[in-house]
Amino acid sequence: MKTTSRLANILLTLAPVPLALLFTTLVLLIVGGSPLEAYRNILYGAFESPQKIADVVTACVPLILCGVGMSVTFTAGLWNVGVEGQIILGAILATWVARNVLWPQVPVLALMVVAGMLGGALWGAVAALLKIYGKVHEIFGGLGLNYAAQGLAIWLIFNPWKRAEGATMQGTDPFPDPAWMPQLGKLRVAPLAVVLVLAAMIVVYFLLRGTRWGLELKAMGKNFRSAFVLGVPSTPRMLTAFAACGALAGLAGAIRCSAVYGRLIPEISGGLGYLSLLVALLSGYRPQWVPLIALFFAALGVGSPRLELNMHLDSSIGGVIEASVVLAVMLVSGWRALMKRNRVFSKRSGKNTGFSPEEEVA
Amino acid sequence: MRVELVDIHKHFGAVRANDGVSVTLEPGVVCGLLGENGAGKTTLMKCLSGYQTPDGGMILVDGKPVSFTSPAEAIRHGIGMLHQDPLDFPQMRVLDNFLLAFDRRLIPDRRRGQALLQELGTRFQFDLDPDAEVASLTIGERQQLEILRLLALGARVIILDEPTTGISAPQKAQLFATLRRLTEEEGRSVVFVSHKLEEVEELCHQVTVLRHGQVTGEAEMPCPVDRLVEMMFGRSLPPAESVPVEPGQAALEVEGLTVPSYLLTVEDVNLQVRAGEVIGLAGLEGSGQRLFLRACAGLERVTAGHVWVGEQNLTGASYRRFLESGVAYLPAGRLEEGLVAGLTLTEHFALGERKGPFFINWAAAGEQAAERIHHFNIVGRPDTMVEALSGGNQQRAMLALLPPKLKVLLMEHPTRGLDIESANWIWRQLLARREEGGDGGDDGRTPVRYIPSTAILFISADLDEILERADRVVVFFGGHMSAPLEARSTTVEQLGYLIAGKEVAE
Repeated sequence: MKTTSRLANILLTLAPVPLALLFTTLVLLIVGGSPLEAYRNILYGAFESPQKIADVVTACVPLILCGVGMSVTFTAGLWNVGVEGQIILGAILATWVARNVLWPQVPVLALMVVAGMLGGALWGAVAALLKIYGKVHEIFGGLGLNYAAQGLAIWLIFNPWKRAEGATMQGTDPFPDPAWMPQLGKLRVAPLAVVLVLAAMIVVYFLLRGTRWGLELKAMGKNFRSAFVLGVPSTPRMLTAFAACGALAGLAGAIRCSAVYGRLIPEISGGLGYLSLLVALLSGYRPQWVPLIALFFAALGVGSPRLELNMHLDSSIGGVIEASVVLAVMLVSGWRALMKRNRVFSKRSGKNTGFSPEEEVA
Repeated sequence: MRVELVDIHKHFGAVRANDGVSVTLEPGVVCGLLGENGAGKTTLMKCLSGYQTPDGGMILVDGKPVSFTSPAEAIRHGIGMLHQDPLDFPQMRVLDNFLLAFDRRLIPDRRRGQALLQELGTRFQFDLDPDAEVASLTIGERQQLEILRLLALGARVIILDEPTTGISAPQKAQLFATLRRLTEEEGRSVVFVSHKLEEVEELCHQVTVLRHGQVTGEAEMPCPVDRLVEMMFGRSLPPAESVPVEPGQAALEVEGLTVPSYLLTVEDVNLQVRAGEVIGLAGLEGSGQRLFLRACAGLERVTAGHVWVGEQNLTGASYRRFLESGVAYLPAGRLEEGLVAGLTLTEHFALGERKGPFFINWAAAGEQAAERIHHFNIVGRPDTMVEALSGGNQQRAMLALLPPKLKVLLMEHPTRGLDIESANWIWRQLLARREEGGDGGDDGRTPVRYIPSTAILFISADLDEILERADRVVVFFGGHMSAPLEARSTTVEQLGYLIAGKEVAE
């Protein structure tokens, strides 16, 4: 009995993969490309050379940071869709440091990292404060703050921080040398960023698993009322959960402008916040699964331009694959929840309309 | 139209909510359905109105068997129910709510709907503005709208579940006049579910009394009140011997407390409870006892009066301040507001250590959990999720989560759904807590020379439990609290009278 149910469990967990492949294969057949060749191209495009692999790793960095951050807010039952804005705020504060603090490389980079985390945490805390004291749902607050952050970045780039030769969508002037994160030889990947990501993953994993704070967030996320009655201080926990997630998003923003662009650009977050929301959803809010899923998304992002070069297919097919995987995972988990509920329902015949029966005798 | 319920059975797990109930509803008659909480009144009416499907038995409409799987089917057979909380859409206008009921075409005929609404409204002298938003109406007006909606749908049998809660006296008079008219003049039948004896006396032509899911009596009205009380609550065994503790200092003092809520306001409650005392709160559900209890824990907004815990005035303080001052609250909804489904027992106990260290040593926490599981006789392991426990074991887990030193312990239905053995065990634990250091004591023998430390207040629907376990009893009716009664010199019948809003018979 037990082994069959475990096997069924594993099969169900993997079920979204063939489902998504089936759908994208169908799409590829309709647009007239060979599915096998397309998948091969994406794979080669993502992993064929050290530089490609480095690109994938670099693309992973913000996804993992934000995905891990969101596993904190999701654990507490909160939807932090303000990650996008938190990335931008982190980038803005890091850029301020890069432009104004003329120290040697190590302290400047350290200060940029701290400033980035501070900026993101601040923006996250604003969303939390709006929710707690203004009764603004965090989804709406987060979306609003995303636009505010985007507006702030563009204003900075076009006004006080505009280039000497004139304002442009290309962003600010490049940072002075000390504010660039060093790369690994000639590869476009910053080892420091990778180290920071690993540190963030380990810290969040232990915060959620091994501390009262993590336990209290988990209790809040699973049943807010019970957690409150059991004495969990919900207001400070909500605030710190948002701030923690924001700090990681802000770190991602600081790394983006210091290690990837070397300046602040209007598109500094480039939709990564929303993509990492999907990463966090797919991980089932467990930080240990985030890297694998982030890797998948990053590889798709880096590999799919090859479709255009080699097969004359539009690279947006990469987006179709991403989306169909996400939908397939949601669909399968929805089915599983439905099946589970039906089992409960058939066990307690016809329990509905809020009548709570007396529980069975102990 | 004549409706017969024949031998209706409805079980929820091991609980027999309806155990062979037969009732006949004659046309032109208001039938009162009486019974205490959990007697099975609402379940029976939900079966009749299609919200629930009975496990056994038959429903006959004019002699023909029918079965419903939804309220819509029931109303097609002419049976409609008016719920305690009106089932309407508060954000929509009166006319839209009304139209939703019967005009299911893509483009409803608003003019025809308005005409019908006005015609029905005039017939019963309900003054409803079709353009008003339902949210702006009083409960009484929303009820009127529901009645008109059911009539527009052609209801011949109208079921009203506790309809007089939260409506004004003139609205009640109007409602009763309407119900009389619907039955006596128009030949419809009305089922009036209530626990208020006075209203039943005033309105009903006949009554059926339920108790523990069975019919315990039927009567033509008028009928002497003591017979009704006896059928509702039954004869009880003499109260068991309880050992009262010599009460200590005042643990909880409530003065002129007013707690407003949407349906009902608890007004001007005065009560002083001393350490070591046990107070039972009786009353039918929704009479204000729960509001009062939660206000004593800082969980409800208080508009007047004071709450003192020990020496501290905690009026208007946050729930956390109450917790820190030694107040604990044990809610009735175990998985709704007591325990967190999805967390293990170990995680619960770790969560309960509010002053515990930041880093949790899970190995040690698991061992401590195992100890408490053993001590509180919980059938489960440290890594068992709480939702996998049976109701009784969830209750034990909640008791195990109470902090050791308490000034005031507030409980809702501490033994609901438990067998007698478990209930006795739990009460031994609870009563032992009245005294300092009395936490534990599996043998149930309380040491003699202990200092009284904890005051206990509890709500129960079981009157025997209240009289057996409490030192003093207060009864809530319509938001008012009776003067405290000594439990030893009070009988179940006396409580029954007070619960149904009657003065105690001498």
